[in-house]
Amino acid sequence: MRAGRFLANPVLWVGLLFAALLLRMDVLQPLLRLGFPGVEPVIYDRDSFLALFLSQLGLVAVASLAASLVGIALAVFVTRPAGRDFRAMVDALATVGQTFPPAAVLAIAVPMVGFGARPTVIALFLYGLLPIIENAVAGLEGVPHGVREAAEGMGLSSWQRLYQVDLPLAAPVILAGIRVSVTIAIGTATIGSTVGALTLGTPIFDGLVANKLPFVLEGAVLVALFAILTDLLFARLDRWLHRTAG
Amino acid sequence: MIEIDQVSKSYGERRVVDRLSLSVGAGELCVLLGSSGCGKSTTLRMINRLIPTDRGSIRVGGDDVTSIPAELLRRRIGYAIQSIGLFPHWTVEDNIATVPRLLKWPTARVRDRVSELLEMFRLDPATYRGKHPHQLSGGEQQRVGVARALAADPELLLMDEPFAAVDPITRDALQAELAHIHRTTGKTIVFVTHDIEEALRLATRIAIMDSGRIVQLGTPLNILEHPANDFVREFVGHQGLGLKLLSVRKIADRLRFGETAEGEPLGLNASLGEALSAMTTRHTDRLAVSDAKGRRIGVITLGDLVR
Repeated sequence: MRAGRFLANPVLWVGLLFAALLLRMDVLQPLLRLGFPGVEPVIYDRDSFLALFLSQLGLVAVASLAASLVGIALAVFVTRPAGRDFRAMVDALATVGQTFPPAAVLAIAVPMVGFGARPTVIALFLYGLLPIIENAVAGLEGVPHGVREAAEGMGLSSWQRLYQVDLPLAAPVILAGIRVSVTIAIGTATIGSTVGALTLGTPIFDGLVANKLPFVLEGAVLVALFAILTDLLFARLDRWLHRTAG
Repeated sequence: MIEIDQVSKSYGERRVVDRLSLSVGAGELCVLLGSSGCGKSTTLRMINRLIPTDRGSIRVGGDDVTSIPAELLRRRIGYAIQSIGLFPHWTVEDNIATVPRLLKWPTARVRDRVSELLEMFRLDPATYRGKHPHQLSGGEQQRVGVARALAADPELLLMDEPFAAVDPITRDALQAELAHIHRTTGKTIVFVTHDIEEALRLATRIAIMDSGRIVQLGTPLNILEHPANDFVREFVGHQGLGLKLLSVRKIADRLRFGETAEGEPLGLNASLGEALSAMTTRHTDRLAVSDAKGRRIGVITLGDLVR
């Protein structure tokens, strides 16, 4: 029964497929040669896929972690009595951050911080902020009024109310925002390859420039699997959160 | 226990509480009664400083409420509300243990206190302590809400329409339990409601409020028999006034000592209303009455009810 459920788990199969392609794309060499006759090499070989993945994972992790911390902190601030006046301003700033195309953010960031990972992280951070702020504000405001009144009436301090009541009850909604944000970041990070960041988008852009379609295919499939696997992991985290919340 | 002295509160131009004074003695169950917007909830919430006063002073147990940090004051005062506000992510045990844990009681003492309270509300501790609020019925949730308010054995309990949202049968049971708890623990309780029947049933004293002021303060019987003005007369209602009087008068005053009658005896602290109900269902005009120890001490007749 337990083994059956384990084997039916999509995280396992998507994870295995992703790991296999990441480490041993070369086993597909005969198949790709068949599909794209005349292209040599048929497997992207300037960097290992594993190195590209780890680099992209690092970019996404740093940017999403920063966006989560800043986004949740801002949401907490504008839902407290002291910060209520800043609510509209924060909403507007986050929305503006979202309207800039990531390519434009890169174009502006490169002259300021140079090529490589840094402009990419800045773009991902700004881009990922909106869904996190929106969801965190909605989650915090969704805590039932009676629950907040009871917490205050029983003598919980404002910090205790935040940590013991507001944040745990808003957690599933906040997590949903982070999930959207991270999934977007994984896709968007590939554009960072145009300014010199190493990501799974690098084979895609190299393939487009050199007219090598197999490179595009390899990069695109790996990025897609990366995004799907991350989303599945978030889904599991969400189920776990609901179970512990009763 | 509570001294409210010349307290006022305004929202903009609207004065919701107007130079209100009220003193509630230890062990009283004082009901603030009035229609919505009369300032009764605002008055209640000024006692535990959920709402700051504009003018006047409030003392609880001799201390001016503004002289104590709000959180420490609130941990001394039980608070139960209509929407209950149980923490949905916590178990029944964690919910009830909220204030004892804030007060850093030892774990074993918290556990014992939770069991004691669950038993007081006739909820089996083994079954209920691990449940989450969404697994409870409305009546059970409100029992846990009141148990939570009583958890740290506060000197004072504030209740804001706690039974307004439950069905009539559950409300009846909850009122009976609260009356029992009030009798056995001797807690001071301030209870807000708009329901005159509820007020008559529970109160040792009723403060009828209108436009932020107390228009009459007295025992339930006193208010029914001598309404201070037309507003009070209107509020307690002409209709069924006789039945309401029967419900607050006790049979002890009308008893014929030494006589006897057939059938199951009625307790000495039953109301005339309960006696009338028993006579009607048993098709008799005489009922035996027993004292607290179950000894038959006299009878009450149909004629005695309306004397």
